[in-house]
Amino acid sequence: MSESPGKPGYGLRWNNWNLLLLVPLVMLITPLINFDGPHLFGMPFFYWSQFAFVIVGVLCVWIVYVKTKDEPVSHKPDRLSVDDLDEGDAK
Amino acid sequence: MTNLQWTEIVVFAILFLVVTVLGFVAARWQAGSTLDHLDEWGLGGRKFGSWITWFLVGGDLYTAYTFVAVPALVFGAGAMGFFALPYTVILYPIVFLPLLRMWSVSRVHGYVTPADYVRGRYGSSLLALLVAITGIVATMPYIALQLVGLEAVLRTMGFNGAGFLGHLPLLIAFVVLAVYTYQSGLRAPALIAFVKDILIYIVILVAVFYLPSKLGGWETIFNSAEAKFAATPAASDGVLLSPTNQLQYATLALGSALALFLYPHSLTGALASRGRNVIKRNMVALPAYSLLLGLLALLGFVAIQAASKPIVNQATGRPDTNTIVPVLFDQQFPAWFTGIAFAAIGIGALVPAAIMSIAAANLWTRNIYKEYIKKDADPKQEAKQAKLASLIVKFGAVLFILFVDPQFSIDLQLIGGVIILQTLPAVAISLYTRWFHRWALVAGWVVGMVAGFAMLYEIPNPAAGKAHFGGSALSLGQLSIFGWHPFSGVSTQIYVGFVALLVNLVVAVLVTWILRARNVDNGIDQTQDADYHADEGDPRLKEVAVH
Repeated sequence: MSESPGKPGYGLRWNNWNLLLLVPLVMLITPLINFDGPHLFGMPFFYWSQFAFVIVGVLCVWIVYVKTKDEPVSHKPDRLSVDDLDEGDAK
Repeated sequence: MTNLQWTEIVVFAILFLVVTVLGFVAARWQAGSTLDHLDEWGLGGRKFGSWITWFLVGGDLYTAYTFVAVPALVFGAGAMGFFALPYTVILYPIVFLPLLRMWSVSRVHGYVTPADYVRGRYGSSLLALLVAITGIVATMPYIALQLVGLEAVLRTMGFNGAGFLGHLPLLIAFVVLAVYTYQSGLRAPALIAFVKDILIYIVILVAVFYLPSKLGGWETIFNSAEAKFAATPAASDGVLLSPTNQLQYATLALGSALALFLYPHSLTGALASRGRNVIKRNMVALPAYSLLLGLLALLGFVAIQAASKPIVNQATGRPDTNTIVPVLFDQQFPAWFTGIAFAAIGIGALVPAAIMSIAAANLWTRNIYKEYIKKDADPKQEAKQAKLASLIVKFGAVLFILFVDPQFSIDLQLIGGVIILQTLPAVAISLYTRWFHRWALVAGWVVGMVAGFAMLYEIPNPAAGKAHFGGSALSLGQLSIFGWHPFSGVSTQIYVGFVALLVNLVVAVLVTWILRARNVDNGIDQTQDADYHADEGDPRLKEVAVH
């Protein structure tokens, strides 16, 4: 990433892992799921496949969460405030 | 008032009493220095951790009405009613990133409502007012619908009188709710949500494993559902989607997902959390409720197999399909467990009703009262005003149920979903770019609103004998652009809100081009790019409950 975190003035922060968030939207393509068979626990494919997508959705969001966790926030917690103290009041 | 189910009523009453005590105790739970500030009363001190947020937002998004209406829809129409599952699955990936930006910018600037944010972002009190009014108007019928959910349960327990007496239990429940919300603010529903959600989980898990095994398994259940839908003249119902309603299914799920976090009450739950990680973890964990909702939706099919018949509402004289799940529980479960199930649904109505009334009250106070009526209101006066507004909002909802056909609330809720979507460019897209001109957003809102209403007005519902406002599914053949029918003769259906949003966006883009070419002033942006990434511990965050 080329931005310089910590300084005001940078806008969007992009991470390719974020693309995973698009995967669950596949379930909106109803021609892919609007079938009776195969059955699972007696349920038509239309129903159990959408339940399966709950798990897909959770996995995708979870991976994005984990992979973007270490992203620098707009300040560095704790360490920064100590640095600030060291630098004194000079602004 | 006959056939009172005493065991059910006693269990229900005990659980209701527990919740009432919790509601009052909540005022002192993790209390800040004062309750006389909107950060405290309206956002619970902005310090809820992951667990509290999970219960609070879960209790907020998955309401009693949802739990009653979704299976009722599946019971009546089949596959189409199942849209609630994809809706709540795609919801979290979609809102994951924008919600974090909204939390950060609101925390840095002390915004309490989405309209506060729009005002700060665009320096336009008109745009903020439009967002606030849209939010209030869309939320009011939603609160009334929580009462419909609660009443469905009360009627099944035997409180099915006509006139005032029939509504009395509902009235008592709501007065109690109003008083502790007034006193405790957002902490009340946050604490009650624990009880509500645990009850709901127990009830639904028992229901989806016990009932199918009792009634011959899912195979049998789906077969009898198929037989039922095959026997009806309507072509759009069935165990699978029909060729005409597939697009409606996808756009309704997508439109509803886009709309949900534009509702002020959803945002209230998110803004009350402590930090970005709390929200992120919740986006991963909240789909547990979606799983529950999907399973619950299938109970609509179970009710077909069990040959459940909806109760005739003595107040309107028509069968009320929203009673289908309560009736199913009443038929199939022992009385004491039915009591627990009903309490789960009943308390499930109180949590979102409380949060919604708080969110509407916050909007009123911050964006209308303080903006236009009393500009110099101090935090204490704001809190007082919001408390009073929350009472008025709730009693308004009760009056709705008492004097207006519940069907009207359902129609309004339908309209609410369409109109709240019209705030998407101003509230959500603006989190990423300020490219849209503020006047273009106003223009898009106005045109999207008119288009949405016009389309909803044109939709009949022959089954319910209605000529207008008969649903949210528009046949593409009916789509008219000033009398021109681009899809004439096409019977494929699409969600009205989705079309209205597209119209809104097209207008907003066109007007932005014009205004930018003419260098019209686009207001002052109070926010800075870094504000959208601030997290807990950041020195930039505004102190809680200080102005």
